[in-house]
Amino acid sequence: MSTIQHLPDTDFEVRSLDAMCVNESQLTHPWWHNLKYAAVGILFGIVFIKAEIVSWYRIQEMFRLESFHMYGVIGTAVAIGALSVFLIKTFKIKTIHGEAITFQDKTFNKGQIIGGLIFGFGWAMTGACPGPLFAQIGTGALATSVTLLSAIVGTWVYGYVRERLPH
Amino acid sequence: MQFIIQPWPWWAAGILIGLIVPALLILGNKSFGISSNLRHICAICLPANISFFKYDWKKEIWNFFFVGGILAGAVIASIWLKNPEPLQVHPALVNDLAANGITHIDGLVPSDLFSWSSLMTLRGFILMVVGGFLIGFGTRYAGGCTSGHAIMGLSNLQWPSLVATISFMVGGFIMTNLLLPFILAL
Repeated sequence: MSTIQHLPDTDFEVRSLDAMCVNESQLTHPWWHNLKYAAVGILFGIVFIKAEIVSWYRIQEMFRLESFHMYGVIGTAVAIGALSVFLIKTFKIKTIHGEAITFQDKTFNKGQIIGGLIFGFGWAMTGACPGPLFAQIGTGALATSVTLLSAIVGTWVYGYVRERLPH
Repeated sequence: MQFIIQPWPWWAAGILIGLIVPALLILGNKSFGISSNLRHICAICLPANISFFKYDWKKEIWNFFFVGGILAGAVIASIWLKNPEPLQVHPALVNDLAANGITHIDGLVPSDLFSWSSLMTLRGFILMVVGGFLIGFGTRYAGGCTSGHAIMGLSNLQWPSLVATISFMVGGFIMTNLLLPFILAL
C-alpha cells in the first residue's frame, strides 16, 4: 500500500505508552501468516534450552561473576542486532511483503530505572526474564507456570497503580 | 549430531538471538519484545476499565504465536535434543547452594526450589510468586525487558534502553549477592 493515512489513532497512542510492539502493518493477512512468527519462536525456544539461557544456575553465575556465558550471549546478540538494524536503515530494506520497516524511539522516564531495578530482582530470583518464563515451563518444570501467572498479575497491578507511580 | 546435543557456546546463541531482530523486522515489521505479551494477556482477560489495558490487542496477536513458538521450541529441545551429560555448574555456586540444602542439580531449573512441593514453603513461595510478580511489574514499569530493551533497544542505539539494561543488571547484582542468600537460607 503506497498511501498511509495519518488519522488520529488513539489506540496507537495507548499501546505506544510503553509497549514494545507498536508497528502496524497496513496489510491484512489471513491468521496463518502468523505461523512465521511461531517458527522464529521455535528456533528461539531451542536456543534458550540448548545454550542454557533459561537455566537458573547460569543467571546466578552471571550475577556472581562466575561465568562469562550470559555476557557473551547478550553481547553477541546486541552486536548482531545492531549491525542488522544499521544495514536495514542504510539500505532501506523492506519486509517480505514490501512494506517499509519502521523504528520507534524510546523516551526516557524514571520507570526505566525503578522498574528496571524491580525486574532485576525478579530476574535473579526466578532465573527468568519474560521469554524464559515461557521456556522454563517447556523444560518440564511445570511449577514455573505459577511464576508466569504471577508475572501476569504483576503486570496487571502495574496497570492498576500506574497513574500513582513516578514516571 | 554431537554439536547439536551438547550445550551450545555463547557465540552461537548470541548470533542466533541477534538474528531474531532482523528476522521479525523483515517478516512483518515487528520489533523484538516479549514482556508486552503479559500486558496483552491482561488486556484480553481482565481489562477492568483500566486505560492501560484498553486497546486493540488483536493487532498484537503475532506476539502470542511468537511465545507459543518459544514454549514449543523449549519442549522440542528438552525432549529430543536433551544433553545427556550432567549440567556444569560453577563449584562455588554448587557449594553455596548445598549449604542451603539445594543439592539436586538435575535440570536447568533446580527442582529443590521450583516445584509444586516447594511452592508450599516460604522460600519457594517467595522465589516463584514474589519473583514472578516483580518480573511482571518491573518489566512493564520499565517499558520492556531483556529482549525489548537490552537487545532490540540497544541494537537501535536507544539510550533509555541502556539506562534500563544497566538497571536490570544492578537489580540482579543486588538480589543475587545481598538478598538471595537470606531467602535461600529460609
